Amino acid sequence: MATMKATRDAFGEALARMGEKFPNVVVLDADLAKSTKSDAFAKKFPSRFFEMGIAEANMVGTAAGLALAGKVPFCCSFACFITGRFDTVRLSVAYSKANVRLVGSHAGIAIGDDGYSQQGLEDVAAMRSLPGMAVIQPADDVETEAAVEFLCSHVGPAYLRTTRQKLERVNDPATYKFELGKAVELVPGGTDAVIFATGGEVAFAVQAARALKGEGLSVGVANIHTIKPLDAAAVVRLAQQAKAVVTAEDHQINGGLGSAVAEALSEAGVGRKLLRIGLRDAFGESGTPEELLAHFKMDAAGITGQVRDFLKR
Amino acid sequence: MPGPSTAEAQSEVQRLQQIAYTLRVDIIETLAKAGSGHPGGSLSAIDVVTCLYFSRMKLDPKRPDWPERDRFVLSKGHAVPAQYVAMAEKGYFPKEWLKGLRTLGSPLQGHPVNHLLPGIEACTGSLGQGLSVAQGMALASKLDGDKFHVYCMIGDGESQEGQIWEAAMSAPKYKLDTLTLILDYNHGQIDGHTEEVMPLEPVADKWRAFNWNVLSIDGHDIAAILGALDAARSHKGRPTFIIANTVKGKGVSFMENQISWHGTAPNKEQTEKALAELRAHAPGGKA
Repeated sequence: MATMKATRDAFGEALARMGEKFPNVVVLDADLAKSTKSDAFAKKFPSRFFEMGIAEANMVGTAAGLALAGKVPFCCSFACFITGRFDTVRLSVAYSKANVRLVGSHAGIAIGDDGYSQQGLEDVAAMRSLPGMAVIQPADDVETEAAVEFLCSHVGPAYLRTTRQKLERVNDPATYKFELGKAVELVPGGTDAVIFATGGEVAFAVQAARALKGEGLSVGVANIHTIKPLDAAAVVRLAQQAKAVVTAEDHQINGGLGSAVAEALSEAGVGRKLLRIGLRDAFGESGTPEELLAHFKMDAAGITGQVRDFLKR
Repeated sequence: MPGPSTAEAQSEVQRLQQIAYTLRVDIIETLAKAGSGHPGGSLSAIDVVTCLYFSRMKLDPKRPDWPERDRFVLSKGHAVPAQYVAMAEKGYFPKEWLKGLRTLGSPLQGHPVNHLLPGIEACTGSLGQGLSVAQGMALASKLDGDKFHVYCMIGDGESQEGQIWEAAMSAPKYKLDTLTLILDYNHGQIDGHTEEVMPLEPVADKWRAFNWNVLSIDGHDIAAILGALDAARSHKGRPTFIIANTVKGKGVSFMENQISWHGTAPNKEQTEKALAELRAHAPGGKA
């Protein structure tokens, strides 16, 4: 049985561990510490944790001030609520070049029954549009832990996207190294299609590639943990080896990974047909995570079916 | 810092009045050259800004990144000409640079930009944000053992932003006596009189209810400003909110209390008229 862990849990545990090694790390939350999992840090380092109440704009601005005075703040809420304070992120964080780590948990429809209002589905598009903002979405606990450690010493504003639901481990903890802006080839050699997947969709994409292999199709998978800066060189290289390109993300297909890949391929003059898996200009809904992922054809079976049909077209 | 004697305090006030006069002239000339900008709110703020930069803030213009410097965050970023002229006079950059205000490639952007001009602490201009940023800096100071003090200035129109009240709630929670907030209460905003656009009164009661130490002064009375800044700095356990009752366009009669001078630069004729008037009222009769 594969190891399963929510990336929000891995984030919370890693952050609490990093607190000792990085005394400048401080953490802010807006009444969701038990959900974003920043509470582990709060228990261990109460004087370096700021409970800002249900007032996210003020939290984001306060994080910017802490950063401008030399601290390394992790500023946590649901992805959708951080997106909602875009104006503050834009000016106080991005334009001020404040060394803030915005951590958006509860990414995507896979949070389940809380429904659309709590599902971060436009956050990557919004954050990606800001100059200098790195956008990171780890695919499992191993990657999350490495990304958190990286962010403790990285210079520049960054957005980290985590999941509520447990994700199957896809990386080997013994050998994994996080490199910002580097795609991780998990299933090499896709000649029929290559899937660029991110976050919770990565493990499903790997399962889909295996299933399609059984049907005689060669499908590669690359984990795009850094959506910005995108590993355009890897995207172009892998796309050129394949007949078709697929992106998979628990996010709107507009503005997220699918858009980033399309932009990189167009700019490089690589003509490949492209299937973007994600929410197709649609709102999320209530339901169990499994039901929702099946409904939007974003689980392993959904990806398998969508890629199979796409390659027939 | 003025000594205990009244004579010394008086000479300090006179020194600052002289600087404020010079800076008013600089504001008019700088905005006239730029051909756009916000004279009303710059002139209302300049006496407080003068007291901060030339008397009460712990600063070193040669070391704008000195970790223990006091911080000034101008949340009402459109009044940044007031800050630019003070910084130039203080020696952060050559006065010549003021001529580049609002031009392509200039570090003196239309609204403050920290990464282009050392000494500016944060980007502001989307109203309501600077107070939160100042609060973050004040928290950092507290974490490191009250290393520095943070001053923030907001506008009255700006106080209509919800984020101001989020910060109004959180700063007392953290007992941020490392933070002093100054309201440039000039009663004007783009669409009209502040009380018509969105009433702010009773403003002192509101901030008192949010658990701030509230002071109210004439924002053009140098001695009163110095007194309030000192009272704020020595007040422990709570952040201080200073209501600086000011006049929009202060010092230039045809700009005073005129909403039309919120965001319009004077033309050549108006500039000459304004400068002549300022000189006529120069402190100590100096022209």
